[in-house]
Formats: sequence, C-alpha cells, structure tokens
Amino acid sequence: MQEMMEVFLARYNYWVVIFLMMIGLYAMIAKNNLVKKIIGMNIFQTAIILFYVSIATKRDASIPIIGHGHDGHHAILVADYMNPLPHVLMLTAIVVSVATLGVALALAIKAYQQHDTLEEDEIIEQLKVEYLNQP
Amino acid sequence: MKKFGLACILLFGAVLLYGTMDFPVYGDPHSPASQHVSDYYIEKTIEDTAVPNIVTAVLADYRGYDTLFETAVILTAGFACFFLLRRFRRPPPKFRLYRHLDTGITLIFEEGAKEPVDSDEFMRIDSQWVPYDLIIQKAAGLVVPFLQLFALYVVAHGHHSPGGGFQGGVIFGATIILIAISNDLRSTSRRISESISAKMASTGVLIYAGTGTLCLLLGANFLDYGVLSQLINVSPIMARSHGILLVEIGVGIAVSAVMIWIYYNLASAGRHDEGL
Repeated sequence: MQEMMEVFLARYNYWVVIFLMMIGLYAMIAKNNLVKKIIGMNIFQTAIILFYVSIATKRDASIPIIGHGHDGHHAILVADYMNPLPHVLMLTAIVVSVATLGVALALAIKAYQQHDTLEEDEIIEQLKVEYLNQP
Repeated sequence: MKKFGLACILLFGAVLLYGTMDFPVYGDPHSPASQHVSDYYIEKTIEDTAVPNIVTAVLADYRGYDTLFETAVILTAGFACFFLLRRFRRPPPKFRLYRHLDTGITLIFEEGAKEPVDSDEFMRIDSQWVPYDLIIQKAAGLVVPFLQLFALYVVAHGHHSPGGGFQGGVIFGATIILIAISNDLRSTSRRISESISAKMASTGVLIYAGTGTLCLLLGANFLDYGVLSQLINVSPIMARSHGILLVEIGVGIAVSAVMIWIYYNLASAGRHDEGL
C-alpha cells in the first residue's frame, strides 16, 4: 500500500491529466447537446496542454528565460531551466484550440439555423425524416 | 449509449493509467522529453540569437516553420467562420428599437417607419432587451487603453519576459471584444470594420512569410534571419533577434485580427447587425 501511494504521488500529474481527459472524452461521446460536446472537446485539449507543460518541469528549475542575458558570458546549466520545447508547442496549441473552438461554434450555429435545435438526437431524427421524404 | 460511453472511458482511463507506470516521475530532470534537442536550446539560445527568453527564440527561430503554419491555421479558422456564417443579403428586420438617451424611453419603429439617425439623442439597441448600462460602458472604456498598452508591451517585450506575438495578439483582440460586449456590435464594427480585421489578419501572415522570403532573397534559407544584418547595421546574431521581433509583430497582428473577426461572426451569427 505504501509503495502504491509512492508510485501515485510521484506521478500525480498524469493522474490529473487522465482524469481531465476522461471527463472531456465522456462529454464528447455521451452528451447529447452539441455545445456540451464542444465544451468536452475543450476540456480534452486543456488536458493535453497540461500534460505537455507538466512533462516540461524539472525539480528546482526556473522558467526558461535566461537571467543576466546580456551582460557577458555566464555558465548556463541545463538543470536550472525548464524544458522550453513543450512550452513552445503548447503556446501554439492554445491558440489553435481557440481557433478550432471558433470553427466548432460556427458549425453549431449553422446546425441551429438549419434544424432549430442543438440536441443531437433531434437533429438525427429530422435528417431521417428528410431522407425518407425525398423523392 | 451513456453506459457504453462510460465503460469505454473507464477502460481508456485504466489503460492510460497502467501506461503511466513506465513514465518518468514528476519533475524528473532526466526525463526523455528533457534530453536531446532541449538541452541544445537552453545552452545555445543566447549565443545563437541573443534572446534570453528561450521559448520566444524556439518559437520564432528554431521552429519558425511550425509557427508560420500555426498562424496560417488561425487565419484559416477566421476564413472558415466567415464562409460558414456570413450572410450579406438578409431580410430587413420587422422592427427596430431605439432608445431616447435623455429620458431612457425605448421606441419601437415598425418596418417602413422613418427612423432617426444615430445621434446623441437616439441610440439604436438590439432587439433583445438591453438595459442601459452606463457604468459598464464607461468602466470598460476606461480600462481598454491600458489593456491595449499592456498588449503592445507583451508583444514588444517577448524577448526578455514571458510574452510574444500570440499572447499579446490575444490580449489586444480581447480588448476590442470587451468594447463590443460592453457597448454593442454596430458601434464597434464602425471603429474596426470586418474588412479591416480580415485585411489585418492576412497582413500579419504576410509579414511573417514576407520576412522569410526576404531572407530567401538575401541569399539564405527561408526564415534564416541572420542574413538580415545586410539590411540593418547590426551583427548577424542581433539580426536574428530583430527578425524574431518582426515575426512576432506579424503573429500579433494576425492573431488579434482573427480573434476580432471570429467574434463578429459568432456573436451575430454572421449578420453583423446586432449581437450579444
């Protein structure tokens, strides 16, 4: 039991991320409302961002901005600065997630204009009726 | 469906949790993600580019292609919202609401009635009930200049502190959206029209790609800013720093304009007459 707790505490960031991922994926699969699905997608994206940022951390390290940048040559220890690469990747991913959110909401508005509802089962019902009634 | 979904999610979570047993522990300096190229970035960024903020240097210089096409993705999202939602021909509304500002009376103008022009006395309001919120309007108007100044600072100071084109651009776009929320969409789009925001978005991407092409014309690789030292009288390393700034400005313009553009289209469902 003690050992299990140590394993858990040493890697608790993954547990948080996976919990968030499960929430987002569940909302995307099981929720009926399109806006709730979009919110689920956003939670999922947030989990990915958190995952990347959490694997960038190093114990006792600072943010990846070099202090005393310009005055002469200081020795730069790699262990003193966090891994900058995941931060860069997530910086762009955040903005792209905003952009995909915008497009998803635009599609939801379009669906609402066509079907007067955001509930998925009602939209599918309307599409079925349309399909059966076509000549 | 819900139970099946829940079962799938639990299975998915269990598999992932089992997988994390082999992952490096939290804060491990020797984790695989922190090996290889990341060490090079941390050690060589100052020598290569004279930019203390490693994230900015990696974003705009080492991984310049990635950021260029991320900016293109954002521009595409703006265009996608535009083409999905925008409606230019629309039936005129059945009635319009005007507020007489001195008395606070709301007037309904039926279709065909002669309408007052937007003046100091009459203000057109949205057809959903909109309270007259002077405090919110004035408070937002008071904060916006400082927020915009901060956005410009974040863009310009991205070399030395956390910041850069994406963050500053989003802050700048958010200030315009704040004006649009606290006042109304019509008065905001009179200040920054849709066509201006679309042109600005394209211009931002053009600045980025143009900087890369300039390097190409000067005889170096695409987005290899060191060669810009031929144009500005600095060392090639400082030229990299300035090239990064140029690119960040392009990103900031593109991101802020796309935020505004997407907001206009989403808030009014493409009609641009009234929204939120």
